[in-house]
Amino acid sequence: MTAWGYVTVGYVLVFAVLFAYGVHVLVKGRSLSKQVPPENRRWM
Amino acid sequence: MIEAEATVPDHTGSRATRVLGLVTVAGVAVVLVLGLAVTGPDAVQGDAARLIYLHVPVAVAMNVGFGLCTLGSVMWLWRKSRWWDTVAVSAAEVGLVYTGLTLVTGMVWGRPTWGVYWTWDARLTTFSLLFLLYLGYLVVRRLPADVEVRNRRSAYVALLAFVDVPIVYLSVSWWRGLHQAATLSLSSTISGLMLFTLVLGIVVSLIGFLWFLVHRFRVAWLEDEVEMAGLELAITERRAEARLADVNATMPTVETSR
Repeated sequence: MTAWGYVTVGYVLVFAVLFAYGVHVLVKGRSLSKQVPPENRRWM
Repeated sequence: MIEAEATVPDHTGSRATRVLGLVTVAGVAVVLVLGLAVTGPDAVQGDAARLIYLHVPVAVAMNVGFGLCTLGSVMWLWRKSRWWDTVAVSAAEVGLVYTGLTLVTGMVWGRPTWGVYWTWDARLTTFSLLFLLYLGYLVVRRLPADVEVRNRRSAYVALLAFVDVPIVYLSVSWWRGLHQAATLSLSSTISGLMLFTLVLGIVVSLIGFLWFLVHRFRVAWLEDEVEMAGLELAITERRAEARLADVNATMPTVETSR
């Protein structure tokens, strides 16, 4: 593999993991929000 | 009550997180252009050195995360504040994700630079230990226990785990190994556009980290709320069962005979 190949793998891996983790956190937040009354989840 | 339900959204987002998210996306785009197209290759490592704009920023954000986890743990031990405990656990989880990314980008960078993905170099060894320590923190956190016991136990584990953070940073000075010296120090040779791109990458990484942290904090807060509501419901049910058992015990038994 060329140097650019390793660079591409590195960047794609990082953004894929961060995207997946971000989606996971947002979905979990939506699911939990439905179980908690509004007065206990007032965000600034 | 109806008004509150209408204005409080069913998610963990807010105006602040939307601004943080937009700034992060725009910043990532600028860093990608600068890091992959505008800056030139490194004189020694060539194009592989472009991974520095990724590896160092995630490592810096990871350190901030573990610093916050330690601060949150100390504050919990001092003030017994739920808010600080939630900061600690959220920062540890996001920090652990960033640790994994630092590890992976380091390995990907190591292959064209050193010829191997992995070697038991002092920096890599102490760093993998750091990953395991914070993974252990999250495992301890999930062990079934009373809330106060769980928080105290995990706070002590966080304080223990943080000892490895300065060791990781200083490992390149204390032991000779393959890993290069600290990129950002008074003796570092990086300059010009490369330095600018790297610093911008760090700033963007920190803003992105903050976005993750705020969302994860809110998720952890909601998890606690659900757990407490479940506990209260279980206690109410047990009390109702106990009352019913008392009533049955005091009622006279009626014998039926034909």
